[in-house]
Amino acid sequence: MKIHEYQAKEIFRKFGMPVPEGEVATTDNEVGRIADRIGKPVMVKAQVHVGGRGKAGGVKYAESAHRAWEISKEILGMDIKGCIVKKVLVTEAVEIASEAYIGMIIDRAAKKPVMMASPAGGVDIEEVAATTPERIMKLYVDPLLGLQNYQALKLARFIYDDIKIARKASQVIMQLYRAFMYVDASLAEVNPLITTPDGEVLAIDAKINIDDNGLFRHPDIEAMRDLDEEDPSETEAKNAGLSFVKLEGNIGCIVNGAGLAMATMDTVKHFGAEPANFLDIGGSSNPEKVINAMRIILKDSNVKAILFNIFGGITRCDDVANGIVAAVKELNPPVPIVVRLTGTNEEEGRKILEEINLVATSSMEDVVKKAIELAA
Amino acid sequence: MAIFLKKKNKVIIQGITGRDGSFHTKQMIDYGTRIVGGVTPGKGGEKVHGVPVFESVEEAVKETKADTSVIFVPPKFAVDAIYEAVDGGIKLVVCITEGLPTLDMLKVYHYVKLNGVRLIGPNCPGIISPGLSKVGIMPARIHKRGKVGVVSRSGTLTYEVVNALTEKGIGQSTVVGIGGDPIIGTNFMDCLVAFNEDASTEAIVMIGEIGGTDEEEAAKYIKKKVRKPVVAFIAGRTAPPGKRMGHAGAIISGGKGTAEEKVEALNAVGIPVADLPAQVADIMAEKLSKIKKRQKSKTTREVKKKNARK
Repeated sequence: MKIHEYQAKEIFRKFGMPVPEGEVATTDNEVGRIADRIGKPVMVKAQVHVGGRGKAGGVKYAESAHRAWEISKEILGMDIKGCIVKKVLVTEAVEIASEAYIGMIIDRAAKKPVMMASPAGGVDIEEVAATTPERIMKLYVDPLLGLQNYQALKLARFIYDDIKIARKASQVIMQLYRAFMYVDASLAEVNPLITTPDGEVLAIDAKINIDDNGLFRHPDIEAMRDLDEEDPSETEAKNAGLSFVKLEGNIGCIVNGAGLAMATMDTVKHFGAEPANFLDIGGSSNPEKVINAMRIILKDSNVKAILFNIFGGITRCDDVANGIVAAVKELNPPVPIVVRLTGTNEEEGRKILEEINLVATSSMEDVVKKAIELAA
Repeated sequence: MAIFLKKKNKVIIQGITGRDGSFHTKQMIDYGTRIVGGVTPGKGGEKVHGVPVFESVEEAVKETKADTSVIFVPPKFAVDAIYEAVDGGIKLVVCITEGLPTLDMLKVYHYVKLNGVRLIGPNCPGIISPGLSKVGIMPARIHKRGKVGVVSRSGTLTYEVVNALTEKGIGQSTVVGIGGDPIIGTNFMDCLVAFNEDASTEAIVMIGEIGGTDEEEAAKYIKKKVRKPVVAFIAGRTAPPGKRMGHAGAIISGGKGTAEEKVEALNAVGIPVADLPAQVADIMAEKLSKIKKRQKSKTTREVKKKNARK
């Protein structure tokens, strides 16, 4: 799950990280009031879940509260890479002496968290990694022991020559580590981490992604979910216990199992068409899930045919067939439906589908070809 | 003789009294797996399908000499269940449960390694050595005893490929579903090493998907060490970047982990990657017939040599 910069900063503050004062606003008048209260020049920053906000004109400097009010009129409602800006962060503008990068991710290959630091801050870190990898220091963290102070200091000294500043930065690195572990993050970064002319270290930007599997123990973070930033169909699917990703094609796919669902999309593409979605109904075969799946797919007007690809294991073909019959009766789909059933209770499933004149095939390739033919 | 799971493994079920745990206990017993007990705290002394339930893994191991455990408990308790299995003396832990926090799994991964325990999963269908034993949730009837080892990050996609193999008359030595999470106890490499050393495995099928670099690591290892034929399938060629495709580990992040990269890495070391799941069986059939021909011509050569000597 992604969260906004202002939410990431709230988390960082709780762990003691030095973050400039700021507040989130949804209207121009609110922006004016916050800037007035801060009483210094401010930055007005669009809060959207995409990168490149600055380049898109979503981050601006305002020397006065009045100017902040004016600027917020431009930024609120702005379209950044398809995301409409509904919130802005108004935060104290600070003088910058240097910009650096600190961040932590999980290295899947090493099976360890890795803390990274670079003196090249304020730019795209992936580009730094690609062009000048020697400017990034990476230190692995032993998952059973955690990040050690000497490691944090080593990273900080890679950025700063001045030992006083390095000591302050090493504290920030430890705080970033603790925040990462505490919230079950999959990524946490400060870009840029800055120094002020009088030698203070400050996190002026913040990004945290959360591991969805860890959310059950963080209701406070789950509450940070911004539904405006998520595809409404994907949200509806999630609430219905389905795993769904919208795509651009016209073949709707309903499949049991994530790997098989991906392979079904690939097969659609292989035979010359484009899948409209990824959808995994999961292991259980509750008919309600099938109805919800079909309802979500039918919302997409691009869809010209729906294909079911079911390989029964724990999922029983007769349960899915009952779901299909119920869904067809309830939703009366305007597009053709093709079904592939194989595995547990396949024969019972076929009989159930006869009621609505559907003939199930047993081959995955056949059902994909048939769907493409009917969609054309 | 199959890898990791043999006929002699004595298995307990953690979460045996739950809906899934109980259902699959029956399925495994019917398959012939040596199920010796179950664990559900607070329900010790009960029986499920005739199997005794214990209060803890420690107690179950003491009473039954179990060496293998399969975990069906909900995600909130699954991490604890793995630690309990390791500390209780279990040597092979299969975690079916999906949804374990990644940071917990990092600790689990290193802890099981330190203790010399093999963990399969989490978020996996389990492991089956056809004709010998099944510890997991896969439908038994699609499998057939044979000589092809299968390793896969997926569940139903594995069934699809195994079914195609069986329909072509190609049996399997062991099928391991390693799981769809970013951090799993046993990865491709571990299975490839084991299959490579297993005399009963003649060829290997590897079913990967987007996310991570395990397939690329596997390709490097195969080039160095594996002389048995390998056929692969990679799911997710049409997956968009940045989206989690069902499995927590199936995500292209920062442009890394695409299907193209994986297919390229495998092709580069001479491993064919099937375009469609069922094609895996066709390619494998071809590879196996070549092995047979080679073996035949070798024997013919040897016979000729012998005759010449005479």
